[in-house]
Amino acid sequence: MIEIRIHGRGGQGSVVAAYVLATTAIDVGRFAQAFPAFGAERRGAPVASFVRIAATPIRRHCQVAQPAFLIIQDETLLELPETLAGLLPGGGIVANTQRDSQALSDTLGHPVHALPATRLSRDTLGRPMPNTALLAAFLTLTNLLPVAGLKDALAQRFKGDVLARNLDLIDQVAAATPAGLWQERAHATSA
Amino acid sequence: MRQALEGSQAIAQAVALCRPQVVAAYPITPQTHIVENLARLVADGKLGCELVSVESEFSAASVALGAACAGSRAYTASASQGILLMSEVLYNIAGLRVPLVLTCANRALSAPLSIWNDQQDSMAVRDAGWIQLYCADNQEAVDITIQAFRIAERCELPVMVCVDGFTLTHTLEPLELPSQEIVDRFLPPYRFSRGLDPLAPLSMGTLVAPEYFTEARHLHHEALLAARQEVEAAAADWAAACGREQAPLVRVDGPPEATIGMLTLGSVFGTLLDARDQFGGPPVKLLHLGCFRPFPTEALRAACTGLEHLIVLERAISPGADGIVGAEVRSALMELDHPPRVHNFAAGLGGRDVPLAIYPRLLDAIGKPHPRMSAIDLRPELLPDKAHAAGEAP
Amino acid sequence: MTTRTLLDLRLNQPRFQGMEAGHRACQGCGQALAARLVLEATGPDVVVANATGCLEVFTTAWPDSAWRVAWLHSLFENTAAVAAGMEAALKAQGRNTKVLAFAGDGGTFDIGFQALSGMLERGHNVLFVCFDNEAYMNTGVQRSGSTPHAAATTTSPAGVARMGKRHLKKDILSIIAAHHIPYAATASVAYPADLRKKVRRGLQVDGPSFLQIHSPCPLGWAHGSELSIEVARLAVQTGLFPLIELERGALTGAMHIRQIRPVTEYLKLQGRFRHLFTDDPRAREELAHLQALADHNIEIYDLLGNSPEALDTEGADTVRRGGLHSA
Repeated sequence: MIEIRIHGRGGQGSVVAAYVLATTAIDVGRFAQAFPAFGAERRGAPVASFVRIAATPIRRHCQVAQPAFLIIQDETLLELPETLAGLLPGGGIVANTQRDSQALSDTLGHPVHALPATRLSRDTLGRPMPNTALLAAFLTLTNLLPVAGLKDALAQRFKGDVLARNLDLIDQVAAATPAGLWQERAHATSA
Repeated sequence: MRQALEGSQAIAQAVALCRPQVVAAYPITPQTHIVENLARLVADGKLGCELVSVESEFSAASVALGAACAGSRAYTASASQGILLMSEVLYNIAGLRVPLVLTCANRALSAPLSIWNDQQDSMAVRDAGWIQLYCADNQEAVDITIQAFRIAERCELPVMVCVDGFTLTHTLEPLELPSQEIVDRFLPPYRFSRGLDPLAPLSMGTLVAPEYFTEARHLHHEALLAARQEVEAAAADWAAACGREQAPLVRVDGPPEATIGMLTLGSVFGTLLDARDQFGGPPVKLLHLGCFRPFPTEALRAACTGLEHLIVLERAISPGADGIVGAEVRSALMELDHPPRVHNFAAGLGGRDVPLAIYPRLLDAIGKPHPRMSAIDLRPELLPDKAHAAGEAP
Repeated sequence: MTTRTLLDLRLNQPRFQGMEAGHRACQGCGQALAARLVLEATGPDVVVANATGCLEVFTTAWPDSAWRVAWLHSLFENTAAVAAGMEAALKAQGRNTKVLAFAGDGGTFDIGFQALSGMLERGHNVLFVCFDNEAYMNTGVQRSGSTPHAAATTTSPAGVARMGKRHLKKDILSIIAAHHIPYAATASVAYPADLRKKVRRGLQVDGPSFLQIHSPCPLGWAHGSELSIEVARLAVQTGLFPLIELERGALTGAMHIRQIRPVTEYLKLQGRFRHLFTDDPRAREELAHLQALADHNIEIYDLLGNSPEALDTEGADTVRRGGLHSA
């Protein structure tokens, strides 16, 4: 089983990101589970959501305390200790930031893949919604699920022009991300 | 068909498959997505029912009651404060022996105010005379919701389907939704024998003097006890229809030689299953109480025969007394020749996460002195030096 | 520091901060602003009964609280009754601390309505403030009795079979008027001076008073958080949310609109009315309905008035009432 935690701020689509990732896994025949760390509705507040992906049915309903990977939708959250809490040694972080991957890896002590998802989404989607870009990067790095699966999962939620732009963004990001860089890590922590 | 669905979404679709004619909707966290999904189905023309957006839960239950008495299959959902606000109506519905299905998205009760999951709300109305079923996961939520309509209509008793709020309602996972054909074959059209009909008028809800009251209450009690058979029958028929094994009263998972048992209700069951695999240790039987009302005394006794220790892990507390489930379990088992020693704990009150590590802590607690009832996940370091009333700022 | 003008004096005058910064409201929250303005006008000698909803949730996540006044949150439906109890106690003790009740539209129009009506009927000395953001926002934007006609919410979505909420926004002020209480008024966060004036009026009343404050919710209304004030202002200027005052049920004041705006200018800024701006003939019909509602308000409350003032609406009123002293 692989466990992933997504950190963002209310309004950035952290919960949708978790649901989309789990849906992708389910649609390609895996077992998956996604849920938010629940809280009251409000924009801007830190929110976390959890994803589990496995080859067998997932029965536990507790939160993810020791994720194998983190997806960070808002870089200011990297300054909060609870964001990185429990991340497994060597666990990769995909972060929405303009900063440099290597510099962040050195600071945080974990492999970091940085991408300016806000800028990319603003350019391609017309609004700052970083989750699609981050998911595309995550799947390209880990080879955990086919990127085509991500596209299908999005097609269940979006239509028309919005969908087309999201698909375009996925292609852009996938092309610019080192494929399979974290593949070993992803399969090592998979059960 | 296997689909990625959020619990609430799946419950809403299961309800829609049962063809309710009237749905009363009042939002309360964490049930909101259920009524929202139903509203979306209505707005998209996919569900032809009267969706009544009421002004409070008290009215939600009342609208459902009125609809059911007037001859329509009705449904509503609530949680926490909403369950309490409608509690007067819940007793009324059950006493009138009206068939209804209500989803309770289990949530803690104020005060202190909490939006998170525990089972204090449904436990608070356990004596209302409803059938109470608890779902261990979202697939059970789908399956049991559909069965609930049949059970309710055959028994003429309302059914409360309890689903852990957030933990199940807001979790997305692969779920199987049955086809409309399968549901239509399983669930015949709504028929209420005492419906309000100008052609055969009767009076419901009359004043009952002491001369007759005891018998009325006795009949209600008997009906609930007899409902056990209907719960089991519905499960067997549904298993045949959908191909999924059901565990209506008490689900037992573990080796027959185990002398330690752990009993719980709801989503914690899945966590205990994984924890047992992860931590190993002595053989342990894990029990899920899928039916709390009527209380499945015989099934529980059968499941617990041979146990020396039974840990009852519940999601509610009756302040000043023993655990709610714990007390009923102790009472049911005391007539066994060798009843197990019951160790009663609460966990996850107010939505505190129940981690896998609870499993070894529970096993550990068996060997140590502990109060008759306590929260196993209490954090003593958070307790103040002297008692403060809840809600006071420090 | 040299005081040069009356304006300097006023700007340097300390205002009572009944609600501190640092709470967890969304960016652009109309309700947060409204609550702060209300307490600025009341000062500290108050006791507040607050209903369940956004306001109590974002101000009191234990162990923090944003309130600097005495404050109680009980339940959703009983705020007016709790306030009535507080008032009875203070009266029995011979104290004249004012009791305030704070509730959203859910706690006023719907679930809290019964208790409100009872409190008004019994004549308790309570100022009941409704922060009207036109839906159950705290639980995720579900419709309430206050949701405007044709607005989309999660329980009144727009779709093939529906054009948002089918029913009209409940005319709460007429219902309140029928209780013949000493003072009832509507206010808006876009007109803060007017709002504070009305709060002070309610404070002076010995008996029940009611204030309905239109409070935009950027999340629920689906507009940019920087547009809250503009949206609120447009609601007033279209006539959809008239600023009026009632005493014992009779209309005694109305803020006149110098330049009436068509309702589309207000509606088009908000995603909750997005479905009204399509080619669907039903959309055109709904827009006409909403314009008719606005026109009706303009007529029955005489919102055009006969003011010959050259200044803008609020400025005109301020000057007429004696200048900045009263603002």
